[in-house]
Amino acid sequence: MEMPVPNPAIMACKARVVERLQAVLPDDAVIFDERETRAYECDALTAYKCPPMVAVLPSSTQQVSDVLRICHEEGVPVVPRGSGTSLAGGALPTADCVILGVARMNDVIETDYENRIIRVQTGRTNLSVTGAVEENGFFYAPDPSSQLACAIAGNIAMNSGGAHCLKYGVTTNNLMGVKMVLMDGEIIDFGGGHLDAGGLDLLGLICGSEGQLGVVTEATLRILHKPEGARPVLIGFDDNEVAGACVSDIIKAGVLPVAIEFMDRPCIEATEAFAKAGYPMCEALLIVEVEGSDAEIDHQLELISEIARRHNPVELRQSKSAEESAKIWLGRKSAFGAMGQINDYMCLDGTIPVSSLPHVLKRIGEMSDHYGLKVGNVFHAGDGNMHPLILFDANKPGDLELCEEFGAEVLKLCVEVGGCLTGEHGVGIEKRDLMHVQYAHDDLDAQMAVKDVFDPAWLLNPAKVFPLDASESRRAVKLAAE
Amino acid sequence: MDITSEDALVDAVKGASGALAVRGGGTRGVPAVGDVLSVAGLNGISLYEPGALTLVAQPGTPVADIEAALAQENQRLAFEPMDHRGLLGTTGTPTIGGVMAANVSGPRRISVGAARDFLLGVRFVDGRGAIVKNGGRVMKNVTGYDLVKLMAGSFGTLGVLTEVSMKVLPRPETQATLVLLGLDDVGGVSALARALGSPFEVTGAAHDPAAQKTMLRIEGFETSVAYRLGQLRALLTTTGAEMDVLDEKASESMWMTVRDVAAFQGQSGDIWRVSCKPSDGPAIAARSGAEAWFYDWAGGLIWLRAAPGHDVRTQIGTFDGHATLVRADASTMAQFGMFHPETAGVARLTAGLRAQFDPKGIFNAGLMENAA
Repeated sequence: MEMPVPNPAIMACKARVVERLQAVLPDDAVIFDERETRAYECDALTAYKCPPMVAVLPSSTQQVSDVLRICHEEGVPVVPRGSGTSLAGGALPTADCVILGVARMNDVIETDYENRIIRVQTGRTNLSVTGAVEENGFFYAPDPSSQLACAIAGNIAMNSGGAHCLKYGVTTNNLMGVKMVLMDGEIIDFGGGHLDAGGLDLLGLICGSEGQLGVVTEATLRILHKPEGARPVLIGFDDNEVAGACVSDIIKAGVLPVAIEFMDRPCIEATEAFAKAGYPMCEALLIVEVEGSDAEIDHQLELISEIARRHNPVELRQSKSAEESAKIWLGRKSAFGAMGQINDYMCLDGTIPVSSLPHVLKRIGEMSDHYGLKVGNVFHAGDGNMHPLILFDANKPGDLELCEEFGAEVLKLCVEVGGCLTGEHGVGIEKRDLMHVQYAHDDLDAQMAVKDVFDPAWLLNPAKVFPLDASESRRAVKLAAE
Repeated sequence: MDITSEDALVDAVKGASGALAVRGGGTRGVPAVGDVLSVAGLNGISLYEPGALTLVAQPGTPVADIEAALAQENQRLAFEPMDHRGLLGTTGTPTIGGVMAANVSGPRRISVGAARDFLLGVRFVDGRGAIVKNGGRVMKNVTGYDLVKLMAGSFGTLGVLTEVSMKVLPRPETQATLVLLGLDDVGGVSALARALGSPFEVTGAAHDPAAQKTMLRIEGFETSVAYRLGQLRALLTTTGAEMDVLDEKASESMWMTVRDVAAFQGQSGDIWRVSCKPSDGPAIAARSGAEAWFYDWAGGLIWLRAAPGHDVRTQIGTFDGHATLVRADASTMAQFGMFHPETAGVARLTAGLRAQFDPKGIFNAGLMENAA
C-alpha cells in the first residue's frame, strides 16, 4: 500500500512542534519519544505500520482546538484517532504526522431521557454509551462488533453499522448533533436536540467523512428504550440460493427482523470446530432475530418459520429461552475468532443487492479456487453487507499480496452487481485505490471539493479515502504553500 | 425550460447565464427566482426490488405513482412525506425529487427516520454541468463522503437531481391510535415523551391544543397492536386523561390530517414550522406570539399560524433548533427569509459548498442564504 513520502521539512521541525504542543497540553499528553510513539503505529489493520512523529492526547475541546491551530500554522498533517479499531487503516499514521487521540475525552455530558438523547465526549466507547443509560432501560442502537473497544469518534468518522442496523439504522441515523473542531482550530456546533437540519445537512456530510473534515469532540446521540425481549430462529439450507430466496421472502412478508445473519459452509465448519454451537452441517445458515413481548416474538418467529418451511430447510430451530438464544448466537459471534484459529484472515466489507447473493457467493467460490486461498462468508443478509473472510499466512512471502488481490476482485464484483466497496468499515487506506472502480472522476471530484471547503490545506488525514493520484494536486497545493 | 433528459439538463446548465429556479412539481412553495428549470419530465421508476426493499426513480416521478407501485407489493415510503398543496394552496403534482430536495418527512419521522434516512443514492448535475453520482442502491454504504445526505434537503441549491434510489419498507398489517383527552400543552407533550420512552414502538406522537387531544399511533400485526395499546394505556393512566382508541381507518385519516397540517388549511395568516427539542416545545409555542399551533414529533415539530408579518423567529429568541417560514406573502418571505439564520461557522461552510458545487451561483440563487 503506497503512502505519501513523509515531508522532511516537517520532520525537521519536530522539536519546535513538540514545544508548541507542550505549551498548550499537560506534559503527559504529548508523546514524542520514538519508543512511545510506536504504540500508535497502526490500528486494527495491522498489516500496515508507521510510527507518527508525535501523538497527543487532549482532554478538552479547547485543547483539541489549540492542537489543530498549531498544526495548521506549522503545516503538519493530523491523523485523528478514536480507539484505533479501524479495519480499514483509517487511523494509520504517516511519519510526518501528529496523531490526535481523543481517548481521554470520555465523559457523559448530559443524559436526557425525556428527549431520548445523550451527549458524550467522543472518546467514550460505544458500549459504555449504552452502559450509561441501561439501568434506566435505554440503549444506544448502533452495535459494531468492536463495540467494547471502539470510540464514538471513530463510529462517527466511519458511519459504523452493526448487526442490528436492519431495524435501527447505522450511526448517521442515530446521530443528532456534534461539536467539531476544524483544522484551523475553529469550533462549530452542528445539529443538537432537534431532529432535522435548518439548512444544508452538514451533520450528514460529516458522519462518515473518515476524520478528513474536522475532529468531532462531542456528540448528541439518540437513545431508545430496550425492547421487552428478543429471540432468534436458526434456519439451515442445503443451497445458498434457497437461503437467499428465503431472506427475500421474509422481508417481503412484512416482518421486519432486527437482524438476519447468514453464514456459509466453510464458516459453519470453522465455527463448529471452534465453538461447538451445535450448528447443522449445511450450505447456508440463517439466524433471524425478532423483538417484542414474548407473545409478539412467538408470533413473528412462527411467521418466519412458515416462510422458511416453504423452502425445505434442513434445520429449523426456534429459540424458546435466553439459553437457547445464546446457543444460537454463540457460533455467529465466534465466527471471526474461529476463522482466526485456522489462519490469518482479511475481513472484507462490500455490500451487494440482496438479490445478487447466490451469484456473488458462487463467484467468490470460484475465485477462492483460482487464488488457492480459503474463504468463509459471514453476512448481514437483511441489508446485503457481506463479510468474506479470506484466509492467508502472513508469514508466507507473497500471501498477503495474493490475499489483497483476491479481496480487490471480490470488491470489484460487489460494485459490478450494483453494490459498493464498503458497507460499514470505511475506505481508509485499504480500499482507497479501489475508489476508481465505484466512482468516476467527477464523482470523486465532488467529494474532494467538500474537503477543500472544510480543510483547504488538506492537512487532516490526507492520504486516506481518495486514490493518491486523484488527490495529488490538492495535496500539492499544501506543499507549495509552505 | 422543461427538461426531458439528463443530457438536456447538462446542456441547459452549461448554457445558463442567469439564475435558474429548480422545480419538480412546484407544490412546495419554494421562493426561487430566475428561469424555471423543470425536471417534471424526468419521470419514471427504473428499478423496484421488493425483496431488497429498494426503488430507483427519476426525480420528476409523481409521489403518487411511487406510492401506487409500492402499494401493489404491500410496501410504502415509511417516512410519510407531506403533501403541501392543501396548506399552501398550490396546484401541480408532488414529485419524488421535490420530496428529497426538501427532505420532506411526516409524523413517522420520530420512529423510522426522515426522507434523508431513506435516500440511498443520487445522481445530480452540478453547477458546472458535471454529472455526479453518490451512494448507490444498497442499504449499507460508507464508500466515500455521504453527498446523499448533503443533497437531501439542499433545496436544489447544490445541483439538480436526475435520479434517486430509496429504501422502502413493508406496510404493517394494521394500525390504531390511542387518544388522550383533556391534557394541556405541557401535559400532552410530557405524555408523548413517556410513550416514546417505552418499548412499545410508537410511530406517531402528536398533540393538538385546540382539541386538547394527545395522539399516539401504533402499527404492526393485529395482536401486537392490541397488546401495545393496552400497555400504553396502563403506562399513561397516571396522566388522569380520558382515553379513546381510533381504529385502522380512523387512525389512517387522522394521521393524514396531521401530516398535511389540515388544521391550518384554508385559514389566513403566516405558517411557521419550528424544529426543536421536544420538551422545549410548549414554552417555545407559548412565547411565539402565534395565534394557533399544534405539535408533531412528540413536541419536536411545531406548526404555528401567526398574524401576517408577525416575526415568530425573533419572538421565540435563541433555542436549540430552527424556525422555517413555510407560507407568507412575498414581502414577508423576503423580509424574514424562509430559512433560519445560521451561525457564522455553518454559514461560511454552506457558502463554501455552494461555491464549489455551483460556482456560477445559478441554482435557486438567494435561497438558503440567511446568515445570522
